[in-house]
Amino acid sequence: MEHDITLTVNGREESLTVESRTLLVHALRDRLDYTGPNVGCESGKCGACTVLVDGDAVKSCTLLAVQCDGSEVTTAAGIADCATSENGDGQELAPLQQAFVEEHGLQCGYCTPGILATAEDLLAEESDPDRETIRRALKGNVCRCTGYQHVVDAVETAAEYRRADDEPVESGEASD
Amino acid sequence: MFPARFDYYRAENVDEALALLDEHEDAEVLAGGHSLVPAMKNDGREPAVVVDLDVDDLRGLDLGAGGTSVTVGALTTYADLAADDRLAQVAPVVQDAAREVGDRQIRNRGTIGGNLATAHPAADPPAAVLAADATLLVQGRDGSRRVPAGEFFEGEGETALAAGEILTGIEIPGQQDVGTAYHRRTHSATGYALVGVAAVISAVQGTVLDARVAATGVVDRAVRLSAVEDELLGSSVGGGSIEAAASEAGAELDEDRLRSDPQASGEFRLNLLETEVERTVSDAVDAAESDGLGF
Repeated sequence: MEHDITLTVNGREESLTVESRTLLVHALRDRLDYTGPNVGCESGKCGACTVLVDGDAVKSCTLLAVQCDGSEVTTAAGIADCATSENGDGQELAPLQQAFVEEHGLQCGYCTPGILATAEDLLAEESDPDRETIRRALKGNVCRCTGYQHVVDAVETAAEYRRADDEPVESGEASD
Repeated sequence: MFPARFDYYRAENVDEALALLDEHEDAEVLAGGHSLVPAMKNDGREPAVVVDLDVDDLRGLDLGAGGTSVTVGALTTYADLAADDRLAQVAPVVQDAAREVGDRQIRNRGTIGGNLATAHPAADPPAAVLAADATLLVQGRDGSRRVPAGEFFEGEGETALAAGEILTGIEIPGQQDVGTAYHRRTHSATGYALVGVAAVISAVQGTVLDARVAATGVVDRAVRLSAVEDELLGSSVGGGSIEAAASEAGAELDEDRLRSDPQASGEFRLNLLETEVERTVSDAVDAAESDGLGF
């Protein structure tokens, strides 16, 4: 059985036809070329496929694409698009992504798009999470390189940047 | 891994879902999908039809008058249960267990109804609904019925749900004037509980008036530990009575049904159970005291 569905991915409306059994991660990667979510464990444990669906971090290998018909999907790349919505080209890094660069929050990078999506979900809910809260939030994202220390550092730093961004801007910052 | 081919139907109300189940013999019900989809990918589950429950009426909490009970819609996610202050007031043990399930992403999407209907023998919510003395609300083509939590779980993946029936909600009596706790030791490979224990205790002036203690992960289904409860009833807390009660934890469990795998033998689980019962009951008693209600 096939279904015509519409997803809004990183702000762009995408219409496609999927089989009942098509998983969201495959619709995103193989059909629409959004390669942020990675396929890792295939069993809902590793979190490499994490994306935001209607704002909630979910594992896209454990959702049917047809279940998400009409939903807004944000991948790790889309977090940047949100940050630079003026042009929407994703060229500028979001504070969360910038923090991962500065704190060396990744090594091989395979898990990173999933971690970014989960961290985005956390920071949308909590502006100043402590390290234990960050660790709890990232329980469903497995990283075999970093040992997590720098990942937690990066999320802490990202939270700081975001709090600073929320403060009233004093002078014409970030205009070029 | 891809699931085998199947036909997907979305039902936007319970009647529609029941009609679809009636029409298609080999059909599975999809709630959050966090047990069914992995099973279809990796465990050889190949239903011909999947009926997706997308029913707004089955999401969220409905409080009875005066906080005497709460009805939780079957499609309520763990994340919504974890965040709802009303549940903390009325049925905290269910909230405690919801917070322990899986991880953030799973809690965002997985549902309590899907969890209970799946009847995984090491899931957290079954122990909590047993300790909370909940009633499960079931609907079929011929009408609805109520199943006490104690009669719902019949074994690994086995429940009192008949073919064509849907679990629509969980009715939980108000847990005022009690202390509750849920603790689990996590299975390092599966993320489920190795052993999980839920306790709901009411105590007045240091004497236990009512105790409901349930465990998950130990045998093929979540179970009430009635030997522990009997030992606690009427006892004075302190002076070793909780330890004595905890030592009864395995008394009524059928040894043939003990779960065992390379991570933990049945014997080890029984040892853990005793420790977790002691810890959970102690915390539930403390919670009863700190509420200033029992003493």
